[in-house]
Amino acid sequence: MSDEADVIEVRSDQDVVRVRQLVRTTAVGAKLSLVDQTKLVTAASELARNTLVYGGGGTVEVVRVANDVRHGIRIVFADRGPGIADLELAFTDGYTTGSGLGLGLSGARRLVDEFEIDTAPGRGTSITVTKWCR
Amino acid sequence: MDRVPILKIGEILLVSIQIDMEDQVALQLQEDLADRIVATGTHGVVIDISALDIVDSFVGRTLATIASISRVLDAETVVVGMRPAVAITLVELGLQLPGIRTALNVELGIELLDREHLGEPDQEDVVIEP
Repeated sequence: MSDEADVIEVRSDQDVVRVRQLVRTTAVGAKLSLVDQTKLVTAASELARNTLVYGGGGTVEVVRVANDVRHGIRIVFADRGPGIADLELAFTDGYTTGSGLGLGLSGARRLVDEFEIDTAPGRGTSITVTKWCR
Repeated sequence: MDRVPILKIGEILLVSIQIDMEDQVALQLQEDLADRIVATGTHGVVIDISALDIVDSFVGRTLATIASISRVLDAETVVVGMRPAVAITLVELGLQLPGIRTALNVELGIELLDREHLGEPDQEDVVIEP
């Protein structure tokens, strides 16, 4: 499948809401189960907020993907913020450098099937998550 | 910016969240509700989230904060109407909602408040006929 990606620029709270809505619509279109839709939209909400709050804004790209055996949705969250120096610490439940609960990264990872992160201090952060249809 | 309406129904305040809230809207609700609790002197708040298709950590934390603020202002908060898929997701996300009471729907939420806080304290005011 070669669906075009939808891209949302994330610069405000309102854009985080738009990300949730886009992911929801795409998840419904891909026929994810209700629980999987809910998990993916929740993960997207956490990560889009991170892009905004910690990355200083960035982009979110949503695309439907497929291979020979299954199909699903892939979302890429990219920012040019300060990056993450200590990944292990960042993935610890309850750890935060901001005012949040410290569940965004670790929680989002539990809610998706695949989770990749590419980050380094000063180089920004790019997170790719995939949820497959069951 | 949208605002979430707060309704006074009898002795309680009812908040029915019908929109996908921006973070600022959630924070505004926190303030508005504290004001209304003080203004009305209510002892019970019911927050209906049956229209929410997700609760992320920000909204979850806002609900927990509202419950704490309410308690300091002598009001109990009950969150009602959580969808099953939302409950499953919240648990997997790792979000705990300390101090939050829940009920399945608005009616049961009001019943819970009536039982625990509103119904009983008036007993001493009852005048016993000679």
